[in-house]
Amino acid sequence: MTTEHTANQASLAPVQVKTKRRLPSEINILLVLIGIAIVYEILGWMFVGQSFLMNQQRLTIMILQVSVIGIIAVGVTQVIITGGIDLSSGSVVGMTAMIAASFAQSAAWTRAVYPSLTDLPFIVPMLVGLGIGLLAGLINGWLIAYTRIPPFIATLGMMVSARGVSKWYTKGQPVSGLTDDFTFIGTGIWPVVVFLTVAAIFHVALRYTRYGKFTYAIGANVQAARVSGINVERHLIKVYAIAGLLAGLAGIVTAARAQTAQAGMGVMYELDAIAAAVIGGASLAGGVGRITGTVIGTIILGVMTSGFTFLRVDAYYQEIVKGMIIIAAVVVDVYRQKKRKT
Amino acid sequence: MPNPATVSPPTMAAVRASGAVPNAEYLLTVENVRKEFPGVLALDDVSLRLRRGTIHALMGENGAGKSTLMKILAGIYTPDRGEVRLKGVPIRLQSPLDALENGIAMIHQELNLMPFMTVAENIWIRREPLNGFGLVDHRRMRRMTADLFKRLNIGIDPESQVRDLSVANRQMVEIAKAVSYESDVLIMDEPTSALTEREVAHLFEIIRDLRSQGIGIVYITHKMNELFEIADEVSVFRDGRYIGTHKSSDVTREDIIRMMVGREITQMFPKETVLIGETVLSVKNLSLNGIFTDVSFEVRAGEILGIAGLVGSGRSNVAETIFGVTPATGGSIEIRGRPVRIDSPTTAIREGMAFITEDRKETGCLLILDVLENMQIAVLQDRFVRGGFVSEREVSAACETMADKLRVKTPNLYERVENLSGGNQQKVLIGRWLLTKPRILILDEPTRGIDVGAKAEIHRLVSVLAKDGVAVIMISSEMPEVLGMSDRIMVMHEGRVTGFLDHAEADQVKVMELAAR
Ligand SMILES: Nc1ncnc2c1ncn2[C@@H]1O[C@H](COP(=O)(O)OP(=O)(O)OP(=O)(O)O)[C@@H](O)[C@H]1O
Ligand SMILES: [Mg+2]
Repeated sequence: MTTEHTANQASLAPVQVKTKRRLPSEINILLVLIGIAIVYEILGWMFVGQSFLMNQQRLTIMILQVSVIGIIAVGVTQVIITGGIDLSSGSVVGMTAMIAASFAQSAAWTRAVYPSLTDLPFIVPMLVGLGIGLLAGLINGWLIAYTRIPPFIATLGMMVSARGVSKWYTKGQPVSGLTDDFTFIGTGIWPVVVFLTVAAIFHVALRYTRYGKFTYAIGANVQAARVSGINVERHLIKVYAIAGLLAGLAGIVTAARAQTAQAGMGVMYELDAIAAAVIGGASLAGGVGRITGTVIGTIILGVMTSGFTFLRVDAYYQEIVKGMIIIAAVVVDVYRQKKRKT
Repeated sequence: MPNPATVSPPTMAAVRASGAVPNAEYLLTVENVRKEFPGVLALDDVSLRLRRGTIHALMGENGAGKSTLMKILAGIYTPDRGEVRLKGVPIRLQSPLDALENGIAMIHQELNLMPFMTVAENIWIRREPLNGFGLVDHRRMRRMTADLFKRLNIGIDPESQVRDLSVANRQMVEIAKAVSYESDVLIMDEPTSALTEREVAHLFEIIRDLRSQGIGIVYITHKMNELFEIADEVSVFRDGRYIGTHKSSDVTREDIIRMMVGREITQMFPKETVLIGETVLSVKNLSLNGIFTDVSFEVRAGEILGIAGLVGSGRSNVAETIFGVTPATGGSIEIRGRPVRIDSPTTAIREGMAFITEDRKETGCLLILDVLENMQIAVLQDRFVRGGFVSEREVSAACETMADKLRVKTPNLYERVENLSGGNQQKVLIGRWLLTKPRILILDEPTRGIDVGAKAEIHRLVSVLAKDGVAVIMISSEMPEVLGMSDRIMVMHEGRVTGFLDHAEADQVKVMELAAR
């Protein structure tokens, strides 16, 4: 039995089609965002008799509301890309809000936490807040890198403890009477500026720096990353530290925006941040995720909430539907990825 | 386009059970199958026929489409066009489970075991024997595994965890698992790429035995000698096309190569005579608790030191220890006469080392990232980075050049490595390390899964590096490779060095004597 096909022998050049870099997956998420907006627009005209999108004030409030989530989500995205998770960011927001605010009280306020430390320049509470956030992140990172406990557990511990600190700090009392110097960062459009600046910085860092390349490599295959010479432990500490730092920044913005700090600030923010990252295309399995996606994911969360309010949906229903939309967004994404593979 | 005559799998299983299947001449026929991936036409009008009780070798260059066709037969991919017939009955498989139920089992090119489960659990997964309460009957499962291993003459403890096994033993477990399905068709995608000669001989016994039971075996390999030793027939693919089928007794090695690459490949091992310089790496009494003891050797600039030994001899462990993956528990390492302490790959790389590991899936590839990201990751440690920023243009240019040089078959550098064929993944990893311009190059089974043409090219590259004064350590289970490439061969047995052989005096017999002592 010898059958040799010689018919197409001549045309045996490699069959290859040159294609460019794949379309960024953000396009899909952007379409989801546009889709949701259009649905609201239509429902708006049908039930409320006005436009959802043609209302600049509404859009401004919408993005203001999610800016804090967005700042955290930028850090959480990086953690997720390494294959980890950060459950502590919401509590760190509360903790830094309390502690930073206690260094930002004005002398006119009679019940200051530190009566002798009032009217300090803006830089002091700022640095204190960032420092506290950084410290929390470093502890998370150190635990994960060197004791090898799973990120879920390490950051769960931090989530509980940090919340404890924010309650213990003033025995549950709010910290008020903040200086105008400090609250400035929470006024007007500033929170949005902070969010987008942070997003831009880390977008660049993930795309164009060695830090970014190593972050993706660790998430894709830790062992291979280690054999390739990446100091995995040190890098993980860096990533969690950055996430902590950004949570600290978010805490400062939160306190400044509310002009007061309360122990309950930032509750559940970590889940919104994770949701924003995952809606934006980050994979909890690691190695996948982009800041641009996370920004869009954050805005989707904002649009959803704002749209519910706009349509005067009962607050109870809001949460039910929000949960379903988050799941739907991810299901669509997973399905799309699977389709591409076969 | 579903064929009206297509039998759905449950029916096929029923037909099988009734034993009424016509005794068609061919167990399995593939006709005019086409499969396209985004940007790649992996199979173009391919046909193949597998006779009952034969071993059918499938050969072709890396990326020729061999694994893709096998994955179609195993129900992982569905063909865009064409027909697959099992004993004359057209079938359309929907999932790997379908394939198994129809009597087609496959051993994949990459290992697919669950590391944190025992050998027995891995083998009987989804088919665990249950006790009266509907719970897994571990005792019976252990006995079933022991019986299977006894039949196949495999000496692995069914209760050991897979992650504790060597790559070769994992491969044997995969083989046992595939055999345990008692299928009619057994597909083996490069089963021997991680095995040493001894296990290969063992595997061949198993395969011959299966053949005598009437099972049809598709056997993919890049090793020419295996073809002549075991195969009855051989089919060759090139660039997604079917080239031809011959009786293996009717063809020569040269015929096959010509069919595979469409041109002659003359020199297989272009070993060059190199001026050997001073000692670069010197290892003294290196030990790792319970794994290997008192390993001492030197490698000089321009020298290629081959390490031979059977599975479990500790060869790969020695390499891992030198590279800092598992730091030594005793002994010392000197580089150019200077004592160094290598406690992590990071320090090893700083000392100018590079290490191509044995298991590309576990410790090599960043599967979900693209070719560029995979290739650049090691070199970014100290090149192409300014102030933390990667100079994207320069590094992609360097990677592009390297990919061309190694003839990596990929639509572009932005293809996920996951989508590359096994051999091409290996080339990407070799490229990753060659980019770092190492002074000491450690290769663990470097040509695993690499086709003949590319293999010669890699051997040439290694020779050129040696000529430039790189000290090379090469672990290989392929005898011709070790014998052909090495200036000296160090042989290991059960964690100890049993001897050194010079290029001139070394031959297969002497190496085996030292390896099996
Ligand atoms: N899931 C996939 N997505 C995109 N391209 C793919 C996919 N799987 C395989 N390919 C491409 O199809 C071609 C054939 O691949 P295949 O794995 O069948 O090669 P092979 O003959 O088994 O090679 P090797 O000897 O290296 O294992 C390759 O160019 C490969 O890049
Ligand atoms: Mg293959």
